Amino acid sequence: MTTTPCFMSTTAGAPAARAAALPARGGLGLKPEHFRTILATRPNLGFFEIHAENYMVDGGPFHRYLTQIRRDYPLSIHGVGLSIGGEGRLDEAHLDRLAALITRYEPQSFSEHLAWSSHGDTFLNDLLPAPYNASTLHRVCDHIDRVQERLQRRMLLENPATYVEFAASTLAETDFIGQVVKRTGCGLLLDVNNVYVSCTNHGRDPQAYIEALPLAAAGQIHLAGYAQDVDAAGAPLLIDSHGAPIARAVWDLYRFTLERSGPLPTLIERDNDIPAFPVLLAEAQQAEELLQACLSEAAA
Amino acid sequence: MNKTLTAASLALAFGAAMTVASAPVAAADMADKEKCYGVAMKGKNDCKAGAGTTCAGTSKMDHQGNAWSLVPKGTCEKTMSKTSPTGHGQLAEFKEKKA
Amino acid sequence: MSQIDFAGALLDPDLPAPAGLTAWNGSDPAHRFRIYRNNVIVSLIDALADTFEVTQQLVGEDFFRAMARLYAYANPPQSRLMAFYGASLPAFIATFPPAAALPYLADVARLEYLRVVAYHAADLPGIEAENVAAALADQETLPNLAVALHPSLAVLASASAVVSLWAAHQGILELSTVSTDSPETALVLRHGLDVEVMQISPAAGAFISTLQSGASLGDAAAAAATIEADFDLVGTLGLLLQKAAITALKPSRRPS
Repeated sequence: MTTTPCFMSTTAGAPAARAAALPARGGLGLKPEHFRTILATRPNLGFFEIHAENYMVDGGPFHRYLTQIRRDYPLSIHGVGLSIGGEGRLDEAHLDRLAALITRYEPQSFSEHLAWSSHGDTFLNDLLPAPYNASTLHRVCDHIDRVQERLQRRMLLENPATYVEFAASTLAETDFIGQVVKRTGCGLLLDVNNVYVSCTNHGRDPQAYIEALPLAAAGQIHLAGYAQDVDAAGAPLLIDSHGAPIARAVWDLYRFTLERSGPLPTLIERDNDIPAFPVLLAEAQQAEELLQACLSEAAA
Repeated sequence: MNKTLTAASLALAFGAAMTVASAPVAAADMADKEKCYGVAMKGKNDCKAGAGTTCAGTSKMDHQGNAWSLVPKGTCEKTMSKTSPTGHGQLAEFKEKKA
Repeated sequence: MSQIDFAGALLDPDLPAPAGLTAWNGSDPAHRFRIYRNNVIVSLIDALADTFEVTQQLVGEDFFRAMARLYAYANPPQSRLMAFYGASLPAFIATFPPAAALPYLADVARLEYLRVVAYHAADLPGIEAENVAAALADQETLPNLAVALHPSLAVLASASAVVSLWAAHQGILELSTVSTDSPETALVLRHGLDVEVMQISPAAGAFISTLQSGASLGDAAAAAATIEADFDLVGTLGLLLQKAAITALKPSRRPS
């Protein structure tokens, strides 16, 4: 990887961009489609989030634009390819790439998924589920320990959207996540859409699920839109498509969450059928209104 | 080849090339004529899901048909080749074979 | 369940869903497993459709997606960086019988892949004028100098009208005027933030490719001259300089 000379001296950029943590505000996933709009309009947003793997390239427009945008905004780096739930060892070369990216952009947050995506040399390009039992717990904790050691920072682990469950599971997902947080000291990236999707798909109560999570460890929230399907018995099956506006039920669950967690940095995720930037900005502002209400209630 | 001559002519060519490259008007003209950009790239790693269980009726359908019997049906039908002035090269012949 | 069974079933639609899956309502988990199966293959096809946009337009979406599906099952990604997925799709197309009627298709795909590589290639500044002047001052060593080219740069010599075909899909020229079997040589590079595709002469292509292999200026000029006696050395060097594609001049490891 090339390094840009004079990259981000400590005095450069807006003060918010240099903060130690993400602000408890609305943020958006950074899409190349919107690079120029963002630089031209400087939208009033709490932060941007990138998918780490998209920036594991040597140079070119992605780095050029991200460097410029990073000067003015806090950044969250969200990995999608580390395969923390994988049976094999972590890919050390991938960890090295991640470490280089984090050194280069000094993000306020780094997060990854409770899922696996690689097997042997094959990358499956999807976030795949694992049974919740002692052996998975041991493996996931080992992997998170290694990530935190290599990156020299605390990571956030995201609860997954899943479509099947396993006969081999012996723990509830919330208990599994609670154990991981306790044993590794990692934080939680609470994806409220994933909670709603998974609870619908597995006949659980989303509010009870939220209450069973280690909310004190939550460092960020994800919100997204889902798609609707049905299973073989005709029961609703929701899909984490990131391709639609956030559903009303998910906004409600978000409010329910904030009442218990307090205000948290909140990302609007949109990766499919990406609309014009102002549409996404409006969704981020909707999240900010709820965050603001949450802050006023806390103050009252 | 005469080495000295090559060296001198190379130096001359390089010098002239410097002039060509630094002439702003000429450079812009040449660029307009010769270069073309494409659409900007997207990020290809993400964490969305999308296809569903059936994915029928959408362009994102995971095509189950027999690819080996498919015939290209895109803009290729508008191309021509010198050897087949009537249209799209060997496509018609290929179609006949498959029929 | 082990992940090898799960992964195996994802990549082979003829296999049953892995054992050990359950659904809370007793519905058939194999039906739910299809979501993962479809996600994987559709995401791979989508990634290929992004990179090989013109290739897809040439054959149509149905044909492209069917071909990409076969390719993806046979060649799932070996890297976690999806930007570079599909490096071997052009070679696959070249031997894909239903595409045999379109002999130019594989090279159009090669050109599209080179654009992706160029887009993400390392940033390196072009050589400074004073460094060129210094090299020119020492005429004796000039033919033995090697030319370091920008990491984004690539040459594609094709038996087909690969540049015209690509350009016709960017609205630059009318597709019906393209003679597909006219050989064309493409130069792909990134200049600043823009990936550019240019048609160059076969001799210029040979000159640049020879330089890229590390050979000296003298050898590269000689290679070009064997293709075209009055090869336009000034124009070719001028183009490379103008596009900031020459990053350094240094002694060749293989002096002529």
